Amino acid sequence: MPLELFTIFLALALLAGFVGLNGLVLVYLERKVAGHIQRRPGPFEVGPHGLLQPLADALKLVGKQLITPRGADKWLFWTAPIISFAPVFVLFLPIPFGPFLTAMELDLGLLLILAFAGINVLALCLAGWSSENKWSLLGAARAVAQSVAYEIPLLLAVLAIAFQYGSLNLSTIVSGQGAWPWQWNIMVQPVAFFIYFVCALAETNRAPFDLPEAESELTAGFHTEYSGMGFGIFFLAEYANMIVVCAVATALFLGGWNGPAAPGVWWFLAKVYLLLLVMMWFRWTYPRVRFDQLLNLSWKWLLPLALINLVVTLVLVKL
Amino acid sequence: MTMIREFGKALQGLWSLAIGLGVTFRAFVRPQVTVHYPRATVDDANLRTYHGHVELTGKDDAPEIPKCISCGMCAMNCPSACLTVVKQKAPKPTPEQKKAMEEAEARGEKVKKPSAPKNPASFTYDFSLCSLCGTCVESCPADSLRFSNEIYQAGFDRKDFQFDLLARLRSQAEGLSGASPKPVHKTDDDPDNRPDLKTDSKTDPKTEKVEK
Repeated sequence: MPLELFTIFLALALLAGFVGLNGLVLVYLERKVAGHIQRRPGPFEVGPHGLLQPLADALKLVGKQLITPRGADKWLFWTAPIISFAPVFVLFLPIPFGPFLTAMELDLGLLLILAFAGINVLALCLAGWSSENKWSLLGAARAVAQSVAYEIPLLLAVLAIAFQYGSLNLSTIVSGQGAWPWQWNIMVQPVAFFIYFVCALAETNRAPFDLPEAESELTAGFHTEYSGMGFGIFFLAEYANMIVVCAVATALFLGGWNGPAAPGVWWFLAKVYLLLLVMMWFRWTYPRVRFDQLLNLSWKWLLPLALINLVVTLVLVKL
Repeated sequence: MTMIREFGKALQGLWSLAIGLGVTFRAFVRPQVTVHYPRATVDDANLRTYHGHVELTGKDDAPEIPKCISCGMCAMNCPSACLTVVKQKAPKPTPEQKKAMEEAEARGEKVKKPSAPKNPASFTYDFSLCSLCGTCVESCPADSLRFSNEIYQAGFDRKDFQFDLLARLRSQAEGLSGASPKPVHKTDDDPDNRPDLKTDSKTDPKTEKVEK
Protein backbone atom coordinates (compact mmCIF):
# COMPACT_ATOMS: atom_id res chain seq x y z
CA MET A 1 0.00 0.00 0.00
CA PRO A 2 2.62 2.59 0.92
CA LEU A 3 4.32 1.93 -2.41
CA GLU A 4 1.09 2.60 -4.27
CA LEU A 5 0.59 5.80 -2.30
CA PHE A 6 4.14 6.80 -3.09
CA THR A 7 3.61 6.27 -6.83
CA ILE A 8 0.41 8.32 -6.72
CA PHE A 9 2.21 11.18 -5.04
CA LEU A 10 5.12 10.90 -7.45
CA ALA A 11 2.72 10.96 -10.40
CA LEU A 12 0.92 14.01 -9.01
CA ALA A 13 4.20 15.82 -8.43
CA LEU A 14 5.37 14.99 -11.96
CA LEU A 15 2.07 16.20 -13.36
CA ALA A 16 2.28 19.46 -11.39
CA GLY A 17 5.85 19.88 -12.67
CA PHE A 18 4.74 19.19 -16.24
CA VAL A 19 1.91 21.73 -16.00
CA GLY A 20 4.15 24.36 -14.37
CA LEU A 21 6.94 23.87 -16.88
CA ASN A 22 4.50 24.00 -19.77
CA GLY A 23 3.05 27.18 -18.31
CA LEU A 24 6.49 28.81 -18.38
CA VAL A 25 7.25 27.57 -21.90
CA LEU A 26 3.86 28.66 -23.23
CA VAL A 27 4.07 32.13 -21.67
CA TYR A 28 7.47 32.55 -23.30
CA LEU A 29 6.24 31.20 -26.64
CA GLU A 30 3.12 33.35 -26.55
CA ARG A 31 5.15 36.51 -26.04
CA LYS A 32 7.67 35.53 -28.69
CA VAL A 33 4.94 34.73 -31.23
CA ALA A 34 3.22 38.04 -30.42
CA GLY A 35 6.52 39.83 -30.82
CA HIS A 36 7.39 38.29 -34.16
CA ILE A 37 3.91 38.84 -35.59
CA GLN A 38 4.28 42.51 -34.61
CA ARG A 39 7.84 42.46 -36.03
CA ARG A 40 9.57 43.10 -32.70
CA PRO A 41 11.84 40.75 -30.70
CA GLY A 42 9.55 39.96 -27.75
CA PRO A 43 11.26 39.39 -24.38
CA PHE A 44 14.96 39.87 -24.99
CA GLU A 45 16.79 41.22 -21.97
CA VAL A 46 16.52 38.63 -19.16
CA GLY A 47 18.69 35.68 -20.13
CA PRO A 48 19.71 34.80 -23.70
CA HIS A 49 16.82 35.85 -25.95
CA GLY A 50 14.74 36.54 -22.84
CA LEU A 51 14.64 32.86 -21.86
CA LEU A 52 14.60 33.62 -18.15
CA GLN A 53 11.83 36.22 -18.46
CA PRO A 54 8.92 33.85 -17.64
CA LEU A 55 10.84 32.60 -14.61
CA ALA A 56 11.37 36.18 -13.42
CA ASP A 57 7.68 36.91 -13.99
CA ALA A 58 6.68 33.81 -12.04
CA LEU A 59 8.93 34.80 -9.13
CA LYS A 60 7.43 38.27 -9.12
CA LEU A 61 3.92 36.82 -9.18
CA VAL A 62 4.67 34.47 -6.27
CA GLY A 63 6.15 37.31 -4.23
CA LYS A 64 3.13 39.58 -4.51
CA GLN A 65 0.74 40.24 -1.65
CA LEU A 66 -2.63 38.51 -1.78
CA ILE A 67 -5.39 41.06 -1.34
CA THR A 68 -9.03 40.28 -0.62
CA PRO A 69 -11.27 43.16 -1.72
CA ARG A 70 -13.57 44.71 0.88
CA GLY A 71 -17.06 43.25 0.69
CA ALA A 72 -15.93 40.15 -1.15
CA ASP A 73 -17.02 36.70 -0.05
CA LYS A 74 -13.66 35.62 1.30
CA TRP A 75 -14.18 31.87 1.18
CA LEU A 76 -15.64 31.73 -2.31
CA PHE A 77 -13.11 34.29 -3.50
CA TRP A 78 -10.14 32.12 -2.58
CA THR A 79 -11.79 28.79 -3.40
CA ALA A 80 -12.39 29.85 -7.01
CA PRO A 81 -8.74 29.65 -8.21
CA ILE A 82 -8.33 26.30 -6.49
CA ILE A 83 -11.48 24.96 -8.16
CA SER A 84 -10.18 26.28 -11.43
CA PHE A 85 -6.89 24.42 -11.12
CA ALA A 86 -7.92 21.19 -9.32
CA PRO A 87 -9.61 19.46 -12.31
CA VAL A 88 -6.39 19.79 -14.33
CA PHE A 89 -5.00 16.76 -12.47
CA VAL A 90 -8.00 14.67 -13.53
CA LEU A 91 -7.98 15.99 -17.08
CA PHE A 92 -4.49 14.66 -17.72
CA LEU A 93 -5.30 11.13 -16.47
CA PRO A 94 -6.81 9.56 -19.61
CA ILE A 95 -4.66 11.39 -22.17
CA PRO A 96 -2.61 8.86 -24.19
CA PHE A 97 0.78 10.55 -24.53
CA GLY A 98 2.39 7.44 -25.98
CA PRO A 99 1.62 3.78 -26.62
CA PHE A 100 2.71 2.96 -23.07
CA LEU A 101 2.38 6.37 -21.48
CA THR A 102 -1.17 6.82 -20.29
CA ALA A 103 -1.74 7.61 -16.62
CA MET A 104 -4.99 5.64 -16.49
CA GLU A 105 -6.55 3.53 -19.23
CA LEU A 106 -10.22 4.39 -18.99
CA ASP A 107 -13.04 3.19 -21.19
CA LEU A 108 -14.80 6.45 -20.44
CA GLY A 109 -11.72 8.65 -20.84
CA LEU A 110 -13.29 11.11 -23.24
CA LEU A 111 -16.36 11.45 -21.05
CA LEU A 112 -14.17 12.09 -17.99
CA ILE A 113 -12.35 14.91 -19.75
CA LEU A 114 -15.55 16.52 -21.02
CA ALA A 115 -17.19 16.27 -17.60
CA PHE A 116 -14.32 17.72 -15.62
CA ALA A 117 -13.49 20.42 -18.18
CA GLY A 118 -16.84 22.01 -17.34
CA ILE A 119 -15.77 22.66 -13.74
CA ASN A 120 -13.60 25.55 -14.88
CA VAL A 121 -16.75 27.52 -15.69
CA LEU A 122 -17.94 27.08 -12.12
CA ALA A 123 -14.63 28.53 -10.93
CA LEU A 124 -14.94 31.56 -13.20
CA CYS A 125 -18.54 32.02 -12.09
CA LEU A 126 -17.57 31.88 -8.40
CA ALA A 127 -14.62 34.21 -8.94
CA GLY A 128 -16.75 36.81 -10.67
CA TRP A 129 -19.62 36.51 -8.21
CA SER A 130 -17.55 36.68 -5.03
CA SER A 131 -15.36 39.62 -6.15
CA GLU A 132 -18.07 42.23 -5.39
CA ASN A 133 -17.23 43.99 -8.60
CA LYS A 134 -19.42 44.76 -11.61
CA TRP A 135 -16.78 43.91 -14.18
CA SER A 136 -15.97 40.61 -12.57
CA LEU A 137 -19.65 39.75 -12.41
CA LEU A 138 -20.12 40.61 -16.09
CA GLY A 139 -17.09 38.47 -16.90
CA ALA A 140 -18.60 35.57 -14.98
CA ALA A 141 -21.95 35.99 -16.72
CA ARG A 142 -20.25 35.96 -20.09
CA ALA A 143 -18.18 32.92 -19.14
CA VAL A 144 -21.30 30.94 -18.29
CA ALA A 145 -23.20 31.96 -21.44
CA GLN A 146 -20.17 31.23 -23.60
CA SER A 147 -19.47 27.88 -22.03
CA VAL A 148 -23.07 26.71 -22.28
CA ALA A 149 -23.19 27.79 -25.93
CA TYR A 150 -19.97 26.13 -27.02
CA GLU A 151 -20.04 22.93 -25.02
CA ILE A 152 -22.92 21.54 -27.09
CA PRO A 153 -21.34 21.72 -30.58
CA LEU A 154 -18.09 20.52 -29.02
CA LEU A 155 -19.79 17.46 -27.58
CA LEU A 156 -21.56 16.75 -30.87
CA ALA A 157 -18.29 17.01 -32.80
CA VAL A 158 -16.55 14.64 -30.40
CA LEU A 159 -19.55 12.31 -30.44
CA ALA A 160 -19.15 11.83 -34.20
CA ILE A 161 -15.66 10.41 -33.61
CA ALA A 162 -16.88 8.29 -30.70
CA PHE A 163 -19.62 6.79 -32.90
CA GLN A 164 -17.15 6.10 -35.65
CA TYR A 165 -14.98 4.02 -33.33
CA GLY A 166 -17.72 2.79 -30.98
CA SER A 167 -15.54 3.76 -28.04
CA LEU A 168 -14.86 6.57 -25.59
CA ASN A 169 -11.38 5.26 -24.88
CA LEU A 170 -8.82 7.70 -26.25
CA SER A 171 -6.14 5.02 -26.70
CA THR A 172 -8.50 2.95 -28.85
CA ILE A 173 -9.28 5.96 -31.00
CA VAL A 174 -5.57 6.72 -31.45
CA SER A 175 -4.77 3.09 -32.30
CA GLY A 176 -7.46 3.16 -34.96
CA GLN A 177 -5.60 5.83 -36.92
CA GLY A 178 -2.63 5.17 -39.18
CA ALA A 179 0.86 6.59 -39.27
CA TRP A 180 0.44 8.90 -42.26
CA PRO A 181 -1.52 12.16 -42.25
CA TRP A 182 -4.10 10.88 -44.77
CA GLN A 183 -4.95 8.09 -42.36
CA TRP A 184 -5.86 10.48 -39.57
CA ASN A 185 -9.38 11.45 -38.58
CA ILE A 186 -8.93 15.03 -39.71
CA MET A 187 -9.20 13.68 -43.29
CA VAL A 188 -12.33 11.67 -42.53
CA GLN A 189 -13.97 14.27 -40.30
CA PRO A 190 -12.71 17.74 -41.32
CA VAL A 191 -15.96 19.45 -40.30
CA ALA A 192 -15.84 17.85 -36.86
CA PHE A 193 -12.24 19.02 -36.44
CA PHE A 194 -13.19 22.56 -37.47
CA ILE A 195 -16.09 22.64 -35.03
CA TYR A 196 -14.01 21.09 -32.27
CA PHE A 197 -11.16 23.57 -32.69
CA VAL A 198 -13.42 26.64 -32.73
CA CYS A 199 -15.27 25.37 -29.67
CA ALA A 200 -11.98 24.55 -27.94
CA LEU A 201 -10.82 28.13 -28.47
CA ALA A 202 -14.06 29.37 -26.93
CA GLU A 203 -13.97 26.86 -24.06
CA THR A 204 -10.46 27.89 -23.06
CA ASN A 205 -11.41 31.59 -23.33
CA ARG A 206 -8.75 32.22 -25.94
CA ALA A 207 -8.92 35.12 -28.37
CA PRO A 208 -11.03 35.84 -30.38
CA PHE A 209 -13.38 34.40 -27.76
CA ASP A 210 -11.75 35.94 -24.68
CA LEU A 211 -14.91 37.71 -23.57
CA PRO A 212 -14.92 36.57 -19.91
CA GLU A 213 -11.55 38.28 -19.55
CA ALA A 214 -11.89 41.12 -22.11
CA GLU A 215 -9.20 43.25 -20.53
CA SER A 216 -10.09 46.28 -22.63
CA GLU A 217 -13.78 46.33 -21.68
CA LEU A 218 -13.91 44.58 -18.30
CA THR A 219 -10.37 45.55 -17.17
CA ALA A 220 -9.67 41.81 -16.75
CA GLY A 221 -13.13 40.33 -16.28
CA PHE A 222 -13.57 37.63 -13.70
CA HIS A 223 -10.04 37.99 -12.32
CA THR A 224 -9.97 41.80 -12.01
CA GLU A 225 -9.67 41.61 -8.22
CA TYR A 226 -7.13 38.79 -7.99
CA SER A 227 -3.58 39.65 -7.08
CA GLY A 228 -0.37 37.63 -7.11
CA MET A 229 -0.80 33.90 -7.30
CA GLY A 230 -4.61 34.17 -7.14
CA PHE A 231 -4.36 35.47 -10.67
CA GLY A 232 -1.36 33.22 -11.34
CA ILE A 233 -3.36 30.05 -10.70
CA PHE A 234 -6.14 31.12 -13.07
CA PHE A 235 -3.45 31.86 -15.62
CA LEU A 236 -1.79 28.48 -15.14
CA ALA A 237 -5.17 26.72 -15.32
CA GLU A 238 -5.90 28.45 -18.61
CA TYR A 239 -2.63 27.21 -20.10
CA ALA A 240 -3.17 23.72 -18.66
CA ASN A 241 -6.64 23.67 -20.24
CA MET A 242 -5.15 24.74 -23.55
CA ILE A 243 -2.79 21.78 -23.43
CA VAL A 244 -5.67 19.44 -22.58
CA VAL A 245 -7.89 20.58 -25.45
CA CYS A 246 -4.98 20.38 -27.88
CA ALA A 247 -4.03 16.94 -26.55
CA VAL A 248 -7.59 15.71 -27.04
CA ALA A 249 -7.64 17.20 -30.55
CA THR A 250 -4.37 15.42 -31.29
CA ALA A 251 -5.70 12.10 -30.02
CA LEU A 252 -9.05 12.40 -31.78
CA PHE A 253 -8.10 13.99 -35.09
CA LEU A 254 -4.34 14.01 -35.65
CA GLY A 255 -3.37 10.41 -35.01
CA GLY A 256 -2.04 10.89 -31.48
CA TRP A 257 1.34 9.29 -30.99
CA ASN A 258 1.35 7.85 -34.53
CA GLY A 259 3.81 9.34 -36.97
CA PRO A 260 5.44 8.43 -40.26
CA ALA A 261 8.53 7.21 -38.41
CA ALA A 262 9.18 5.99 -34.87
CA PRO A 263 5.79 6.39 -33.17
CA GLY A 264 6.11 7.77 -29.69
CA VAL A 265 5.43 10.50 -27.22
CA TRP A 266 7.44 13.04 -29.28
CA TRP A 267 4.91 12.91 -32.12
CA PHE A 268 2.14 13.56 -29.63
CA LEU A 269 3.91 16.53 -28.05
CA ALA A 270 4.90 17.93 -31.45
CA LYS A 271 1.29 17.87 -32.63
CA VAL A 272 0.03 19.38 -29.36
CA TYR A 273 2.54 22.21 -29.63
CA LEU A 274 1.67 22.75 -33.28
CA LEU A 275 -1.98 23.24 -32.31
CA LEU A 276 -0.96 25.54 -29.45
CA LEU A 277 1.04 27.64 -31.88
CA VAL A 278 -1.99 27.85 -34.18
CA MET A 279 -4.03 29.04 -31.18
CA MET A 280 -1.45 31.76 -30.51
CA TRP A 281 -1.40 32.66 -34.20
CA PHE A 282 -5.20 33.10 -34.04
CA ARG A 283 -4.91 35.22 -30.92
CA TRP A 284 -2.61 37.75 -32.53
CA THR A 285 -4.59 37.82 -35.79
CA TYR A 286 -8.26 38.13 -34.89
CA PRO A 287 -9.99 40.90 -33.00
CA ARG A 288 -12.33 39.93 -30.16
CA VAL A 289 -15.86 39.01 -31.29
CA ARG A 290 -18.89 40.89 -29.98
CA PHE A 291 -21.12 39.01 -27.58
CA ASP A 292 -24.02 38.62 -30.02
CA GLN A 293 -21.59 37.42 -32.70
CA LEU A 294 -20.23 34.88 -30.23
CA LEU A 295 -23.67 33.46 -29.48
CA ASN A 296 -24.83 33.64 -33.10
CA LEU A 297 -21.79 31.71 -34.28
CA SER A 298 -22.47 28.93 -31.83
CA TRP A 299 -26.23 28.61 -32.00
CA LYS A 300 -26.81 29.51 -35.66
CA TRP A 301 -23.81 27.91 -37.32
CA LEU A 302 -21.79 25.48 -35.25
CA LEU A 303 -24.73 23.66 -33.63
CA PRO A 304 -26.62 22.89 -36.88
CA LEU A 305 -23.35 22.05 -38.61
CA ALA A 306 -22.38 19.66 -35.81
CA LEU A 307 -25.83 18.02 -35.92
CA ILE A 308 -25.65 17.51 -39.68
CA ASN A 309 -22.13 16.13 -39.33
CA LEU A 310 -23.31 13.73 -36.63
CA VAL A 311 -26.27 12.48 -38.69
CA VAL A 312 -24.10 11.98 -41.78
CA THR A 313 -21.56 10.08 -39.67
CA LEU A 314 -24.30 7.87 -38.23
CA VAL A 315 -25.67 7.04 -41.64
CA LEU A 316 -22.20 6.25 -43.00
CA VAL A 317 -21.34 4.11 -39.97
CA LYS A 318 -24.56 2.11 -40.31
CA LEU A 319 -24.24 1.60 -44.06
CA MET B 1 -32.70 32.92 -51.36
CA THR B 2 -31.96 34.51 -48.01
CA MET B 3 -30.37 31.30 -46.84
CA ILE B 4 -28.11 31.10 -49.88
CA ARG B 5 -27.10 34.70 -49.30
CA GLU B 6 -26.34 33.90 -45.65
CA PHE B 7 -24.16 30.97 -46.70
CA GLY B 8 -22.38 33.17 -49.20
CA LYS B 9 -21.70 35.76 -46.52
CA ALA B 10 -20.41 33.09 -44.15
CA LEU B 11 -18.05 31.70 -46.77
CA GLN B 12 -16.85 35.20 -47.55
CA GLY B 13 -16.22 35.73 -43.83
CA LEU B 14 -14.26 32.49 -43.58
CA TRP B 15 -12.15 33.50 -46.56
CA SER B 16 -11.40 36.86 -44.96
CA LEU B 17 -10.25 35.00 -41.81
CA ALA B 18 -7.84 32.99 -43.93
CA ILE B 19 -6.52 36.18 -45.51
CA GLY B 20 -5.97 37.64 -42.04
CA LEU B 21 -3.93 34.60 -41.06
CA GLY B 22 -1.84 35.06 -44.18
CA VAL B 23 -1.11 38.68 -43.29
CA THR B 24 0.09 37.82 -39.79
CA PHE B 25 2.09 34.83 -41.02
CA ARG B 26 3.92 37.01 -43.52
CA ALA B 27 4.69 39.49 -40.72
CA PHE B 28 5.91 36.58 -38.57
CA VAL B 29 8.55 35.48 -41.06
CA ARG B 30 9.69 38.98 -42.01
CA PRO B 31 12.67 40.59 -40.27
CA GLN B 32 12.05 42.69 -37.19
CA VAL B 33 11.73 46.44 -37.41
CA THR B 34 12.46 47.12 -33.74
CA VAL B 35 15.97 48.41 -33.13
CA HIS B 36 17.83 46.65 -30.33
CA TYR B 37 18.87 49.86 -28.62
CA PRO B 38 21.51 50.40 -27.17
CA ARG B 39 23.24 47.58 -29.06
CA ALA B 40 22.15 49.14 -32.34
CA THR B 41 21.04 52.62 -33.36
CA VAL B 42 18.29 53.82 -35.68
CA ASP B 43 19.39 54.25 -39.29
CA ASP B 44 19.12 57.57 -41.12
CA ALA B 45 16.13 56.61 -43.25
CA ASN B 46 14.02 55.91 -40.19
CA LEU B 47 15.43 58.86 -38.30
CA ARG B 48 14.28 61.25 -41.02
CA THR B 49 10.63 60.32 -40.50
CA TYR B 50 10.78 60.74 -36.75
CA HIS B 51 9.08 63.76 -35.21
CA GLY B 52 10.95 64.71 -32.07
CA HIS B 53 10.76 67.93 -30.12
CA VAL B 54 10.45 71.34 -31.75
CA GLU B 55 13.58 73.19 -32.88
CA LEU B 56 14.46 76.41 -34.68
CA THR B 57 15.64 76.59 -38.27
CA GLY B 58 18.41 78.96 -39.25
CA LYS B 59 18.59 81.44 -42.09
CA ASP B 60 19.97 80.11 -45.35
CA ASP B 61 22.89 82.52 -45.39
CA ALA B 62 23.48 82.49 -41.62
CA PRO B 63 22.54 79.14 -40.14
CA GLU B 64 23.31 80.25 -36.57
CA ILE B 65 20.63 82.99 -36.70
CA PRO B 66 17.02 81.77 -36.63
CA LYS B 67 14.47 82.80 -39.25
CA CYS B 68 12.31 83.74 -36.28
CA ILE B 69 10.91 87.29 -36.25
CA SER B 70 9.91 87.21 -32.55
CA CYS B 71 6.24 87.68 -33.41
CA GLY B 72 5.25 85.30 -30.61
CA MET B 73 2.59 83.49 -32.68
CA CYS B 74 4.02 80.14 -31.61
CA ALA B 75 3.92 80.98 -27.90
CA MET B 76 0.44 82.46 -28.27
CA ASN B 77 -0.98 79.41 -30.07
CA CYS B 78 0.75 76.81 -27.91
CA PRO B 79 -1.93 74.94 -25.91
CA SER B 80 0.57 73.78 -23.29
CA ALA B 81 2.44 77.06 -22.86
CA CYS B 82 5.80 75.44 -23.35
CA LEU B 83 7.40 78.11 -25.53
CA THR B 84 8.83 81.39 -24.27
CA VAL B 85 9.99 83.96 -26.82
CA VAL B 86 11.80 87.04 -25.62
CA LYS B 87 12.02 89.98 -28.06
CA GLN B 88 15.13 92.08 -28.44
CA LYS B 89 14.89 95.77 -27.54
CA ALA B 90 16.18 98.55 -29.71
CA PRO B 91 19.77 99.47 -28.83
CA LYS B 92 20.09 102.63 -26.77
CA PRO B 93 21.67 105.47 -28.80
CA THR B 94 25.04 106.73 -27.67
CA PRO B 95 25.13 110.29 -26.19
CA GLU B 96 26.46 111.64 -29.51
CA GLN B 97 23.70 109.94 -31.50
CA LYS B 98 21.13 111.17 -29.01
CA LYS B 99 22.39 114.71 -29.36
CA ALA B 100 22.36 114.50 -33.15
CA MET B 101 18.80 113.18 -33.08
CA GLU B 102 17.62 115.95 -30.79
CA GLU B 103 19.22 118.53 -33.05
CA ALA B 104 17.60 117.04 -36.09
CA GLU B 105 14.21 117.00 -34.34
CA ALA B 106 14.69 120.65 -33.43
CA ARG B 107 15.29 121.42 -37.10
CA GLY B 108 11.98 119.78 -37.89
CA GLU B 109 13.50 116.80 -39.71
CA LYS B 110 12.03 113.32 -39.45
CA VAL B 111 14.30 111.27 -37.20
CA LYS B 112 14.68 107.57 -37.72
CA LYS B 113 15.17 105.89 -34.34
CA PRO B 114 17.31 102.73 -34.23
CA SER B 115 14.98 99.72 -34.54
CA ALA B 116 15.20 96.44 -32.62
CA PRO B 117 16.67 93.44 -34.43
CA LYS B 118 13.90 91.00 -35.39
CA ASN B 119 15.48 87.78 -34.19
CA PRO B 120 14.67 86.87 -30.58
CA ALA B 121 16.81 87.57 -27.55
CA SER B 122 15.98 84.18 -26.15
CA PHE B 123 13.80 81.27 -27.22
CA THR B 124 13.20 78.62 -24.59
CA TYR B 125 11.18 75.46 -24.84
CA ASP B 126 9.98 73.06 -22.15
CA PHE B 127 9.74 69.63 -23.78
CA SER B 128 8.32 68.16 -20.58
CA LEU B 129 5.12 70.17 -21.17
CA CYS B 130 4.94 69.83 -24.96
CA SER B 131 2.27 67.59 -26.47
CA LEU B 132 3.91 67.69 -29.92
CA CYS B 133 0.67 68.97 -31.48
CA GLY B 134 2.65 71.01 -34.01
CA THR B 135 0.44 74.09 -33.74
CA CYS B 136 3.56 76.23 -33.29
CA VAL B 137 5.10 74.79 -36.45
CA GLU B 138 1.91 75.48 -38.41
CA SER B 139 1.35 78.96 -37.06
CA CYS B 140 4.92 80.22 -37.55
CA PRO B 141 4.77 82.87 -40.34
CA ALA B 142 8.54 82.82 -40.86
CA ASP B 143 8.84 79.03 -41.22
CA SER B 144 11.28 79.10 -38.35
CA LEU B 145 10.07 76.04 -36.41
CA ARG B 146 10.23 72.37 -37.31
CA PHE B 147 10.28 69.00 -35.61
CA SER B 148 13.75 67.70 -34.86
CA ASN B 149 14.61 64.05 -35.32
CA GLU B 150 16.29 63.81 -31.97
CA ILE B 151 15.39 60.28 -30.90
CA TYR B 152 17.75 59.38 -28.05
CA GLN B 153 16.51 61.44 -25.17
CA ALA B 154 16.60 60.45 -21.56
CA GLY B 155 17.11 62.33 -18.36
CA PHE B 156 16.88 62.14 -14.59
CA ASP B 157 15.34 65.56 -14.11
CA ARG B 158 12.57 67.62 -15.70
CA LYS B 159 15.15 70.35 -16.20
CA ASP B 160 16.93 68.05 -18.63
CA PHE B 161 14.07 68.70 -21.04
CA GLN B 162 14.11 72.49 -20.90
CA PHE B 163 15.97 73.64 -23.98
CA ASP B 164 17.44 76.93 -25.06
CA LEU B 165 16.63 76.61 -28.74
CA LEU B 166 18.90 79.51 -29.75
CA ALA B 167 21.89 77.79 -28.15
CA ARG B 168 20.84 74.56 -29.82
CA LEU B 169 20.68 76.25 -33.22
CA ARG B 170 24.11 77.80 -32.69
CA SER B 171 25.67 74.49 -31.79
CA GLN B 172 23.95 72.86 -34.77
CA ALA B 173 25.31 75.57 -37.08
CA GLU B 174 28.82 74.95 -35.75
CA GLY B 175 28.51 71.26 -36.43
CA LEU B 176 26.85 71.64 -39.82
CA SER B 177 29.62 73.02 -42.07
CA GLY B 178 27.31 72.40 -44.99
CA ALA B 179 23.65 72.28 -45.93
CA SER B 180 22.71 69.01 -44.22
CA PRO B 181 19.45 69.55 -42.33
CA LYS B 182 20.16 66.77 -39.83
CA PRO B 183 20.54 68.08 -36.29
CA VAL B 184 23.67 67.24 -34.39
CA HIS B 185 23.09 64.85 -31.56
CA LYS B 186 24.11 66.53 -28.32
CA THR B 187 24.74 64.76 -25.07
CA ASP B 188 23.20 65.83 -21.80
CA ASP B 189 26.58 66.98 -20.57
CA ASP B 190 26.83 69.57 -23.29
CA PRO B 191 26.47 73.00 -21.68
CA ASP B 192 24.64 74.25 -24.79
CA ASN B 193 21.94 71.70 -24.28
CA ARG B 194 21.46 72.40 -20.60
CA PRO B 195 20.88 76.11 -20.30
CA ASP B 196 20.30 77.75 -17.00
CA LEU B 197 16.88 79.12 -17.80
CA LYS B 198 16.39 81.04 -14.60
CA THR B 199 18.78 83.74 -15.70
CA ASP B 200 17.32 84.12 -19.18
CA SER B 201 15.28 87.28 -19.23
CA LYS B 202 16.25 88.63 -15.85
CA THR B 203 19.91 89.22 -16.61
CA ASP B 204 19.18 91.20 -19.74
CA PRO B 205 17.16 94.33 -18.95
CA LYS B 206 16.82 95.18 -22.62
CA THR B 207 14.35 92.44 -23.29
CA GLU B 208 10.61 92.12 -23.37
CA LYS B 209 8.93 88.80 -22.68
CA VAL B 210 6.26 87.37 -24.95
CA GLU B 211 4.45 84.54 -23.33
CA LYS B 212 1.03 83.06 -23.53
